[in-house]
Amino acid sequence: MIHIKRLQEDGTDVVALVGEIDASSSIDLDLAIAKSVGENFTKILIDCSALEYISSAGLGVFMSYIEEFKEKNISMVLFGMNEKVSNTFEILGLNELLLIASDKAEAKKMLA
Amino acid sequence: MRTKALTRLLFSIAIITWLALVFTDLSILFSVRNGLKPEIASWLPRVILNAYIIILFYFYKFKIERDESLNFIDLLWRVFATGLISTVLSLILRLIETLLGGSKLASNFLYLEFTYLINLGLMVSVLLCAFMAWKRLILYQKSKWLIRLWTFFEWGMAISLLFNSLNHVFVQQYFQYVLGLFVLVGLVLSGNMKWVAYLNFRQKWTGLLLLLLTIFYLFYIFLTAGSLLPETVNPENQIINHSVHVFILSLMIFVSLYSIFSFLVVLFNLPTTSVFEQKLEEVVNFQRISQSIQTEQNEESVYNILLETSVSTVFADAAWLELTERKEGHRIYTYAIKEKEARDIIAHLEKQQVRGLLEQNQDKTRNLSKHLGALKGARFRSILAYPIYVKGENIGTLALLKELPEGFNKEMNKIVSTFANQAGISIENFRLMEEALQNERYKEELKIAKTVQKSLLPQVLEKDEHFEMVAFSESADEVGGDYYDTLRINEHQTALIIADVSGKGTTAAFHMSQMKGIFHSLAQGCNDPQDFMFRANQALIHCLERGSFISATFFVVDTREKKVRYARAGHCPVLFYTSSRDTAEYFKDKGVALGMVRNKSYKEFIQQNEFSFANNDILVLYTDGITEAKNSKNEQFGNERLLDVLCEVKTLSPKQIQEHLINRLYEFSGTSNIDDDYTTMIIKFNDRT
Repeated sequence: MIHIKRLQEDGTDVVALVGEIDASSSIDLDLAIAKSVGENFTKILIDCSALEYISSAGLGVFMSYIEEFKEKNISMVLFGMNEKVSNTFEILGLNELLLIASDKAEAKKMLA
Repeated sequence: MRTKALTRLLFSIAIITWLALVFTDLSILFSVRNGLKPEIASWLPRVILNAYIIILFYFYKFKIERDESLNFIDLLWRVFATGLISTVLSLILRLIETLLGGSKLASNFLYLEFTYLINLGLMVSVLLCAFMAWKRLILYQKSKWLIRLWTFFEWGMAISLLFNSLNHVFVQQYFQYVLGLFVLVGLVLSGNMKWVAYLNFRQKWTGLLLLLLTIFYLFYIFLTAGSLLPETVNPENQIINHSVHVFILSLMIFVSLYSIFSFLVVLFNLPTTSVFEQKLEEVVNFQRISQSIQTEQNEESVYNILLETSVSTVFADAAWLELTERKEGHRIYTYAIKEKEARDIIAHLEKQQVRGLLEQNQDKTRNLSKHLGALKGARFRSILAYPIYVKGENIGTLALLKELPEGFNKEMNKIVSTFANQAGISIENFRLMEEALQNERYKEELKIAKTVQKSLLPQVLEKDEHFEMVAFSESADEVGGDYYDTLRINEHQTALIIADVSGKGTTAAFHMSQMKGIFHSLAQGCNDPQDFMFRANQALIHCLERGSFISATFFVVDTREKKVRYARAGHCPVLFYTSSRDTAEYFKDKGVALGMVRNKSYKEFIQQNEFSFANNDILVLYTDGITEAKNSKNEQFGNERLLDVLCEVKTLSPKQIQEHLINRLYEFSGTSNIDDDYTTMIIKFNDRT
């Protein structure tokens, strides 16, 4: 189960993920990001500090936006991952493709 | 066949008994008349008469009561037919008497007694026939109480017969009381007329006619029997006299009462027959709707049946059924009305801002007739609308139309709203069944996909004198996406691959087969793992949909150089045990999964790595199903534990290592039914040369 909270902070869309993302809840993640894109945000922060687990389907969601973000000049930064989650990103090599910061301050810097 | 023979036998015995009655009666009469002492006891004819009654009683019991094939009208017909026969016979006797005129024979007391006995026999026969028929009619839809009363009536009559045979005086003393009791019981029993309601209009007319004629016969027979009672003899001395016979008298009164009651009840029921028939039709229509889901092939048939039945039950002139479906918008099924006309009316009602016909959250049936008046050119003057619910969700509206103004009453309103409810249930059931079927089909598909997936994994792994290799793969209930394979490139080079396709089900199986194709074609002449990954990615970006990817590690084992070159594309890190140093470690290298970077820059995201191997070194490949397996505390099996397990059994053969690992995994998760795909491949090098 996943709870997704969206919060707008001076032009930045902060999407907080709480819980676990598996095959079924990855749809919610996809919807949340799609909404953010649809509302024409160019700066998106993904708060992973309360994310306990992410499956390959969830990673696929992030992955699927990489090209679209590049085209539309949208920058997205993930931050606050716990070790387990960040390990999952690293194994797949997604840390090479996505911007990942350790905390929110760093993430905001990376956005600018 | 047995009952048929039995009825014939009983009939013959009845005739013989009657003949015996005639003989004894006449001989006694003859003796008395001639001043002789009769040789036959005077009570004998009475006993014989009662025997005759009992035999006939059983004859009709078998002929009428036990014959299940008789319906109500058949019963009435039987009574009528018996009445007709006896009347005709009685009339013939009359005719003969008239022809004989004032001849000597006509006034002969023996002859008079004889005709009396014939008439009596016929009368008893008609009465018993009617008694049995009425019994069936009365006991239709019986209650316990009714059965008890009837049994009392029947047995009471039987006992009266017995007394009649034994003690003339006793019966005469209480004659009136006993008769009164039987008449009373007969009256109460005559109140049971439930069968009348089940006759349709035509049957009621037939019934009326038959009953009327039966009543005529009965009166005629009573009259003749009464008038024929020879007056020449003092009734006190009369041997056989039906007018003091309790049984016959009660029977006469009961049969006549019930005949008259039935006639009147049927007559007064005639005007309401159509209502009852209509109710019955409603029930039948109801059944049709509920049965339709079992027999009909699609929802459309259910809708059409709903339209037809609701129109026929409220005598509407036309109807439509409007369904709101998310994808297809409004769909309209019509009955005796063109779709355009229906849409015009809907549009008109919308313009009038009438809610209820299109408003989906309207939960009451509504009579919208008053709004139709303003619509020009419409032939309909009354309209009723009903919402239809499936699982609490309004799926549409049923509208019924009449050309008459104020054409619907409250009663109809209720009926059709019940219909609409029933239709909702039917549609719901229908959809559930569809869903179940769909699920079944999906399961079947999964089964096929699973077989395909299993067949994609190699049955035999490559063998070499320099290494020993085993593999194990298990998938969850659904089709998994784990893949491993081996291929000999040349004498000293062997390619290995382990991969995990994202997603599950049929798609995963498809991607896996693509991966197998890519592996077998690219690995043929390839000893450069980085290049392999690059090409594989190029091939896959055209097959994988957005969001799908494949993690894989590709190895080339070179037994001549004693080196392994590999590239890891987002797959779990390689675990390697070095025998010389007695340590196991995970290789830390980088690599992005296949399908994530969809252009040629992928080459930059993939590394080529290399390590040497020596005797007793162990290479462990696995998928995340193993490291992510959880125990009851929601802890993961993890890389640490995997490494420890390997160290425990580093000296054993690959097969044993594998078994140990799987056992440890099951121990950890507490079940052998892990809800994920898990695969492991263990290669032990034994390079003694």
